[in-house]
Amino acid sequence: MTATATSARSDLSELGRSETALRTFLHGLPGVDQVGAEQRAAQLGTRSIKTTAKAEAIDLAIRMVDLTTLEGADTPGKVRALAAKALRPDPADPSCPHVGAVCVYPSMVPYVAEVLRGSGVHLASVATSFPSGQAPLEIKLADTRAAVEAGADEIDMVINRGAFLAGRYAEVYDEIVATKEACGSADAGRQGRPRAHLKVILETGELATYDNVRRASWLAMLAGADFIKTSTGKVPVAATLPVTLVMLEAVRDFRAATGRQVGVKPAGGIKTTKDAIKYLVMVNETVGPDWLHPDWFRFGASSLLNDLLMQRTKLTTGVYAGPDYFTLD
Amino acid sequence: MSERVAVRKTYKLFIGGKFPRSESGRSYLVQDSNVSLASRKDARDAVVAARAAGKGWAGATAYNRGQILYRVAEMLEGRREQFVALGVPADEVDAATDRWVWYAGWSDKLPQVYGGANPVAGPYFNLSAPEPTGVVAVVAPETPALLGLVSVIAPAIVTGNTVVVAASPTAPLAAVTLAEVLATSDLPGGVVNILTGRLSETVPTLAAHMDVNAIDLTGVTDPELAADLEVKAAENLKRVLRPVAAGHDWSADPGLGRMTALLETKTVWHPKGV
Repeated sequence: MTATATSARSDLSELGRSETALRTFLHGLPGVDQVGAEQRAAQLGTRSIKTTAKAEAIDLAIRMVDLTTLEGADTPGKVRALAAKALRPDPADPSCPHVGAVCVYPSMVPYVAEVLRGSGVHLASVATSFPSGQAPLEIKLADTRAAVEAGADEIDMVINRGAFLAGRYAEVYDEIVATKEACGSADAGRQGRPRAHLKVILETGELATYDNVRRASWLAMLAGADFIKTSTGKVPVAATLPVTLVMLEAVRDFRAATGRQVGVKPAGGIKTTKDAIKYLVMVNETVGPDWLHPDWFRFGASSLLNDLLMQRTKLTTGVYAGPDYFTLD
Repeated sequence: MSERVAVRKTYKLFIGGKFPRSESGRSYLVQDSNVSLASRKDARDAVVAARAAGKGWAGATAYNRGQILYRVAEMLEGRREQFVALGVPADEVDAATDRWVWYAGWSDKLPQVYGGANPVAGPYFNLSAPEPTGVVAVVAPETPALLGLVSVIAPAIVTGNTVVVAASPTAPLAAVTLAEVLATSDLPGGVVNILTGRLSETVPTLAAHMDVNAIDLTGVTDPELAADLEVKAAENLKRVLRPVAAGHDWSADPGLGRMTALLETKTVWHPKGV
């Protein structure tokens, strides 16, 4: 697949000004070759990563994990335990790196913030009426501000899929812009505190086609997303390799067109080390080593971490590890 | 009319109720047939399958487990000729079938014989009940090919354990054929997993594996290897069944030993009330 031809387009920041301009641009993006994307993703999945390369991939993957719990049954005790695990995933091995971030609901942010303060582990909070995104804009923005106030330095917002699928691109665009503003609203009161990073969840399982995934990716990046994320993990179809490939191509082409680098976060359904390594191979082959860093690529996952730890233990001790020796959450 | 082309059979592994080839793609020849040569990754996959099956199998009622084991005996009976064709003596097939039936009967009786009420000095009902140990790695004896195999698998699974069996390298055909019997007899996939190939590749992996709860070394004939495996098994305190130096008499009454060796005891104190 070729890079999106954007050289002819003068200034992408003007696109948000009108619905027509946005539609013309998004529908002018080249279509995704579905068979080609799936074949390419499957082919990259067959690479064999062993020994030292595998050890490095596992440590990188651990550093990229957004350790997530998004349950109605989350309690302060549970999220505190999760945060402690994020700091020291394998208590038996001090050389094990910490994870990238902890991802929780806004109401759980204060409890996690206490544990993570000063540790270098980021604190992500879902917001904007996660997971459906079906609430009035003011409520979504208040949700975002509350999470930032409580100490979240990364916000995972959901796009308004209803509006996107109905073709009301400007509405989706404006919501992302407004949410991004809300991410920085805490600045006034707290000097020196950087704006919270904005991850935009496309919920690709509901977008139906790869063309839509590509359009939504560009729409989110044009509106100012720092990260684009595949899924909420709350619908049956979550992150897949081909969808992530399409998104990686979008961030690559976006950087070529604008010079701004955007991160990618596949989330949901990535459960094994093998899966995670397939994603890392794809990142390396599609966008290159610039993205092979927790600042630019993350895994939204919960059970993945234990499998990474078991594989890591296997490499260091030489014997297969068992789930009995790692915490459940 | 042209002559029929012979349909030659490949003897594959039995993991999680399916018959995969070895992940390594290797095979070796036994009695003119290709048999999969399992690698340590196959052993790992088998443990994962056994662990996944454990909850459902241990949670099934004793009655249900007994029925399924009896069904295995029925299927075995139907394949009698096939085993005889592989060189297993007919009376050994009969003895193996009878042994399945014998163990099947124990499923709901063993907890009564081996567990029960304990008299205690206090106002409590005190009850001990046997529970399965979990995932058991089994090294099957070389001879008798079928009766020996049945005599190590049946006592492990009747109480609710799941097993990963390293079949004898020299007699894998009967083991894989037994796997076909198990696959057609309502036994949930993963309760029994059978690996064929070199013991030196698969068994040390199983002995060291942290997610295996017990290991039965019956088929290990080399005392040095047995000792080495026992050392590996000590890492996570696996239960170990040592091989009998003088050799087993598989035709004798098996007794309860093989079943009770792979059990844990849960004791419950229940207040009697007024």
